Amino acid sequence: MTQMADAVHPTSHAAVPHGDAHAHGHHPNLEHHFDSLTQQFDAGKLGMWLFLATEVLLFGGLFCAYAIFRRNHPEVFMYAHQFLDTTWGAINTVVLLVSSFTMAWAVTASQRGQRHLTSILLALTFLGGVGFMVIKAVEYSHKFHDGLMWGVHYDPAKHEHGHGHNGAHGAAATAAHGAADHAAPADHGTAGAAATAAPAASTHPEATTSVHAPETSGQPAATGAEAADLPPERAPLEPSQVALAPAGPAGLHTGGHDLHGPRPDNVHWFFGVYFTMTGLHGLHVLAGMAVIGWLFVRSVRGDFSADYFTPVDLGGLYWHLVDLIWIFLFPLLYLIH
Amino acid sequence: MTGILADSLGLMPPKASTFAPAVDFWFDFTLWVSIFFFVLIIGLMMIFMVMYRRRPGVRAIVTPTHSTVLELSWTIIPTILVVLMFWGGFKTYMDQRVMPSGAYEIGVNAKQWAWEFTYPNGIRHPELHVPKDVPVVLTMFSDDVLHSFFIPAFRVKMDVMRGRYTKLWFQATLASPPGGYYPVLCTEYCGTSHSTMVTKCVVHETRAEFDQWLRDADPLKKLTPEQYDEYVRDPAAFIAAHPDIQGLQSPADMGRKLWDTKGCKQCHSIDGKVGTGPSWLGIWGAQHEFSNAPPAVVEENYVRESIENPRAKALKGYAANAMPTYQGRITDREIDSIIAFIKTLKSGSETK
Amino acid sequence: MSSLNPAAAGPLVGAPAADNYLTHSRGFWSWAATLDHKRIGVMYLAGIFTMFLVGGLFAVLLRSVLLTPDAAAGGVKTIVDANMYNRFFTLHGAVMVFIVIIPGIPAALGNFVLPLMLGAKDVAFPRLNLCSFYLWLIGTAMALASLYWGGVDTGWTFYTPYSTKVGSSGAFGGVVPVVAGAFVLGFSSIFTGLNFIVTIHKLRPPGMTWFRMPLFLWGTYATAVIQVLATPVLGITLLLLLAERLLGIGFFDSELGGDPVLFQHFFWFYSHPAVYIMILPAMGVMSELISVFSHKHIFGYKFIAFSSVAIAILGFLVWGHHMFTSGQSELLGVIFSAITFSIAIPSAVKMFNWLTTLYKGSIDFKAPMCYALSFMWIFGIGGLTGLFLGMMGLDQHLHDTYFVVAHFHYVMAGTIFVFFGAIHYWWPKMTGRMYDEGAAVLASLLMFIGFNMTFFIQFLMGTRGMPRRYYAYRPEFQFHHIVSTMGSYVMLAAVLLLIYVLIKSLRSGRPAPANPWGAGSMEWQCASPPPHDNFKTPPPVVDAYDYESLEWDERVGGYVHRGRRGGPAATH
Repeated sequence: MTQMADAVHPTSHAAVPHGDAHAHGHHPNLEHHFDSLTQQFDAGKLGMWLFLATEVLLFGGLFCAYAIFRRNHPEVFMYAHQFLDTTWGAINTVVLLVSSFTMAWAVTASQRGQRHLTSILLALTFLGGVGFMVIKAVEYSHKFHDGLMWGVHYDPAKHEHGHGHNGAHGAAATAAHGAADHAAPADHGTAGAAATAAPAASTHPEATTSVHAPETSGQPAATGAEAADLPPERAPLEPSQVALAPAGPAGLHTGGHDLHGPRPDNVHWFFGVYFTMTGLHGLHVLAGMAVIGWLFVRSVRGDFSADYFTPVDLGGLYWHLVDLIWIFLFPLLYLIH
Repeated sequence: MTGILADSLGLMPPKASTFAPAVDFWFDFTLWVSIFFFVLIIGLMMIFMVMYRRRPGVRAIVTPTHSTVLELSWTIIPTILVVLMFWGGFKTYMDQRVMPSGAYEIGVNAKQWAWEFTYPNGIRHPELHVPKDVPVVLTMFSDDVLHSFFIPAFRVKMDVMRGRYTKLWFQATLASPPGGYYPVLCTEYCGTSHSTMVTKCVVHETRAEFDQWLRDADPLKKLTPEQYDEYVRDPAAFIAAHPDIQGLQSPADMGRKLWDTKGCKQCHSIDGKVGTGPSWLGIWGAQHEFSNAPPAVVEENYVRESIENPRAKALKGYAANAMPTYQGRITDREIDSIIAFIKTLKSGSETK
Repeated sequence: MSSLNPAAAGPLVGAPAADNYLTHSRGFWSWAATLDHKRIGVMYLAGIFTMFLVGGLFAVLLRSVLLTPDAAAGGVKTIVDANMYNRFFTLHGAVMVFIVIIPGIPAALGNFVLPLMLGAKDVAFPRLNLCSFYLWLIGTAMALASLYWGGVDTGWTFYTPYSTKVGSSGAFGGVVPVVAGAFVLGFSSIFTGLNFIVTIHKLRPPGMTWFRMPLFLWGTYATAVIQVLATPVLGITLLLLLAERLLGIGFFDSELGGDPVLFQHFFWFYSHPAVYIMILPAMGVMSELISVFSHKHIFGYKFIAFSSVAIAILGFLVWGHHMFTSGQSELLGVIFSAITFSIAIPSAVKMFNWLTTLYKGSIDFKAPMCYALSFMWIFGIGGLTGLFLGMMGLDQHLHDTYFVVAHFHYVMAGTIFVFFGAIHYWWPKMTGRMYDEGAAVLASLLMFIGFNMTFFIQFLMGTRGMPRRYYAYRPEFQFHHIVSTMGSYVMLAAVLLLIYVLIKSLRSGRPAPANPWGAGSMEWQCASPPPHDNFKTPPPVVDAYDYESLEWDERVGGYVHRGRRGGPAATH
C-alpha cells in the first residue's frame, strides 16, 4: 500500500525514501505536510506514546480481570502458579531485558549515525525476541501436555497422576485409583480427582460422596460449599462441559508436582488468565520482532542517519513497552506469595 | 405521593405495589422539570427563529460573546435540580433494594423461555400468585442465559442469571380483578422466544384466598397413591366422585395445561408447525431417527427420557442441545399427563 | 458508493479550472491508495452513507415486523419469524453503532475538515489515516459476512452467556465475524483518534492557539481522547468474548466459575464513552452551524470548549448506569447514578449557549440550520429523558423498555441529524457544487417529522411497560407500533429525497463559491473544492466566529471579506 501510494503520489514522501529524486529541496525524509524534521519527529513521538497508551489500556483490561479473579479467589492463584516454571520465566525476563538494552543501544547508535553498529544491535534484539518466543513455546508445550490449560480444556488428570491410568477409566475411577495409589492423607491428587468426579461440587453433593477416602472427599466438598452460589436443583452440567477427559496414556507425566497442597475449584481461571496475558504479550513480541526486522533491513540499506532516526526511536519505544509488560507479567503470574 | 401528570395522561401502568406511588411521584417530578426546560429552550428557540429570521438588509446585532453570570446561573440551577432528582432516585432505589425481613419467600426459576415459581410448600407453578399487602421476596436464578424479571404494575425489575442468586421484593397493594392478572415479562433479551417469555401475576385479595389457591395449585400432588391409581383407571368417574379436588381434569387435559405452562409450547407445537423442537402432532408411535442413537419409536419410555434427559437422543433435523432437562422439576404424575396428552394428538391428514 | 463518489461521477462540468483535490490525479488507484485526508474523508463518507442505508433498511424491516402484535393475539406475522426479527435488530444496532455513527462525523467529515479548519496540509499520519479507512472497510465486510453464517441474533451488546453459548447457530455462528469485525473497527477508530490528537497538538500553524480553534475541533479533540482511551478496552473485551466462544476460556461463564456481569462492566466501560464519541463531534458541528447560520458570534466559547472536555472525562465514569438492574452492588449503583447526573450539566450548558447564540442573530433557514435546529429539539428531549433513566428508582421500571429505546435514539440517532446537517454544510466545499436548497430543507422537515413520529410514541410504550427487543407484544400497544412504523416510513422517504438532492447536486449543481454560507473558519478561505495541498502558506488566523468583516457578494454568489469585493475570498 505504501509503495502504491508513493507511486501515484510523487509529492508525498513516504518513509521509504526516494529522496534522491526529490524536487523541493528539503530533507528527503521530511513529509510534505510537516514544516520541519523536528515537527515531524515530535508528531511521530507523540503518536507513538499515544499508541503505547492504547496498548497499556488493552492489557489494562486483562490486568483488571486478573485483579478481580485474584482478589476473589487468591487460593486459585496460590495453588496454580506453582505449575509455572519460574526458572524459564526468569531466563525469559533476562532475555527480554538484554534485548531491551541492545535496543536502547541501537537507538543511541543510530542517533550517532553508526550504521553498522545499529544493524548489529538490531539483529541482536531480534534474536532476543526469537529466544523469548522459543522459551515460551517450550513452556506452552509443557502446559498443553500436562493439561494445564484454560476453561474447559483444563485437565488435572494429566498432571496430577504420575502413575498413568487406563484411558477407559472415568474420572471417578481415576479418583479411586488415586486414593489407592497414594495412601498419604495429604495427597492432593485424590482430592483433585474427586473434584473432577464432582464437577462444581456444590451442585452435586451426592457425586462427591461416591469417593470413599473420607479425608480427601471432604476437601472438595468444603471448597464447593464456599462456591455454592448455585441452586441445588439446577440442571446437571453436561459431561462435555467438564474436564472429564480420560487420563492420558501411562507415564505421560511422572510427578514433579508433589507439594501443591489441595487443589481448589476453578484452577482453570489461572491458566485462562495466564494464557490470555502471555498469549497477547507473545503476539506483541511477534509484532515487535516484525518491526525490528523491518528496521534492520532499512538500517542495512542505509536509510538512517544522525538527522533521521525516527523509526528506530519509535520502534525502540514499542519494544520497551513489550518488555515492560513482561516485567509486570512475570511477578504477577510466576512469583505469587 | 403520586404522579398527577403521569396519572392524568395514563402514562403508567396500574399502581399495584407499595413502590408505585413513589416511583410515579419522582417520574412526575422529573417530567415537570423536563417540560419546564423543554418549553423554555424550545420556546425561546422558536421565538428567536421568528424574531431574528433573516431579512434582507438586516444584519445580526453584535451582543456580548459571553457572560459569566449567565453561564454560572445555567450551570448552578440545573445542578440543584439534578441533585434533587438523584436523591429521589436514590431513596426509591434503596427501598426497592433492601429486602424486608420476615417476608413471604418465593423461588423464581427462569429458563429459555418460561418462568417457574417455587412456593414454600414445594409447589412449582408457572404463574406467580401472591397475597395482597404481604411483603414478598423473590429469590431468582436462571438455568441458562440472562433474563430479567419485570412486573410493570409493581415497578420492579431485576436481572436473573446463572451462577448467582438475585433478589427482588415487593408488596402488592391492589388485588388483580377476578380472572385478571398483571403481566410478568422478561426484559433481558434471551433468544428466539424472548417476547413470549411472559406469564401472569395474580394478586389475591386475602391471605386465605391465596392459601386456598396454593393448596389447589397442584391437584395431582394431592392425590394419595391409591387415589391416583383410581384416577388413572377412570378419570371421569374419579373426578365426578371427588368434587372437592379443584382443578383436577382428565390426564390429557392436565397434560395440555402442562404443555401450556411448563414451557413446552415455546418449542413444540401441537398443530404440526415445525418449531425449535418437533411438533407433537401425530408424533405418538412414529419412528424417530437420531444422530447419536439407533432409531426408536415414540412411546412412554422415550417421552420420559426426552423430558428428563433430552440430550440422550438427538433427533435428526433439530438442534441437539436446544432442550433443557426437566429432571427434578417435573413429577412422574405430570409426565404421565403429558404422555396422555401426546397420545391424543393423533394426526389426521396433516403432514408430519 | 460510486454514485456518491465525485471521481466516479465523471468530471465536474463547470468546476473551477484550477487544480483541486478532485482533479489532482485520476484513476482508481489515485483514490484507493490516496494519502490525501480529503479523499480519505470522501471515501469514508461514501462508505458510511452506504452503510447507513443498510442499517436503515434493517430498521425499516424490523419496524414493519412490529406492525402486528402476535399470532396468539389475533394478528399475523407475515414478514419474518422471531429468529429473523432478532437478526434484524441486532444488525441494525451493530451497523448503526459501530459502522455508521461512531466513525460518521469524526472519520468522514472530521477527516475532510479538520486539517483545513486548522490550517494544516494534512493530518499528522496520512498513511495511518488510509490504514484506518481500510480497517473500517475490513471490519464492515466482516460484520456483513456474518450474514453468510446465518446472521447474528445476540443484540448489538453481545451479552454473555447468550453470545458465547447460544446465540446464532453453530459454534462459529454469525457472532464470531461480527465481534471480530467490531474489534477491527475499534482499531480503525483508535488510529483515527490518535491521528487527530497528534494533528491538533503538533500541526497547528503559528497563531492558531487552542482557544482560537473552532469548536468543532474541540469536539473532535475530546472525542479523539475518548477513542484512544476507551476503545482498547472494547478490544480486549471482544477478544475475551471470542476466546470464550471459540476456546472456552470461561471468564464470563458461570458454569466455569466466571462472571457474566463482568462482561457487562467491560462492555459498558467502552460503550458508554462511545455514546460521547458519537455525540461530542455532533455538538462540535452544532456550535459551527448555529453560529454560522445566525451570523452571530458563538456565545460562551470557553464554556462550550470546556464542557466538551468535561463530558469526555465524566463519560468514563458512568458506565454502570446501564446496569442498575444487573445485580451490581447497590453502592456502585449509587456512585454511577450521581456521576450520571453530573454529566447532564455540561450538556445543558451547551444547549443554553447555542440558544443564546441565536439571540439577535440573523437566522438563515438553510438546510444545515434546519438540521441543527431539529437537533436542539431532539437532543433536548433525548437529554431530558436521560434524567428519568439516571434515577435509580425510576430505572427499575424503565430499564430495557421502549423508554430506553426512544431515549437513546433521541440522543444517538439525533446525531444523524447533525451528520446530515454537516454533510450539507460542507458539501459545497467537498464537491464544489451547491445543492437544491428547497428540496434539502423539505427533506430535513420530513426527517424531523418522521423521527418524532417514530420515537416519541415509544416513550409512552416504555412507561407502560413494553420491553425492548420483543417480536410479539400485547395488542394494547399495536396503535403505538403502527404510528412508530409509519414514522419510520416517513424517514425513509426523507432519506430518499436527501439522496436525490445530493445526486442532483453532483450532476448539475451550480458551482460553489469559496464561502457560500458566510462562515469564518479557515476551511472557507480556500477554494471549493480545496486544492490538493490545502494551503500553500497558512492563511492568517482570525476569530473563526467573527462575521463582521464578511459580506455577501452577488458576483461570486458567496461571502467575501469586506474590502476584497470582486475577488475570491481565498487567500491564494
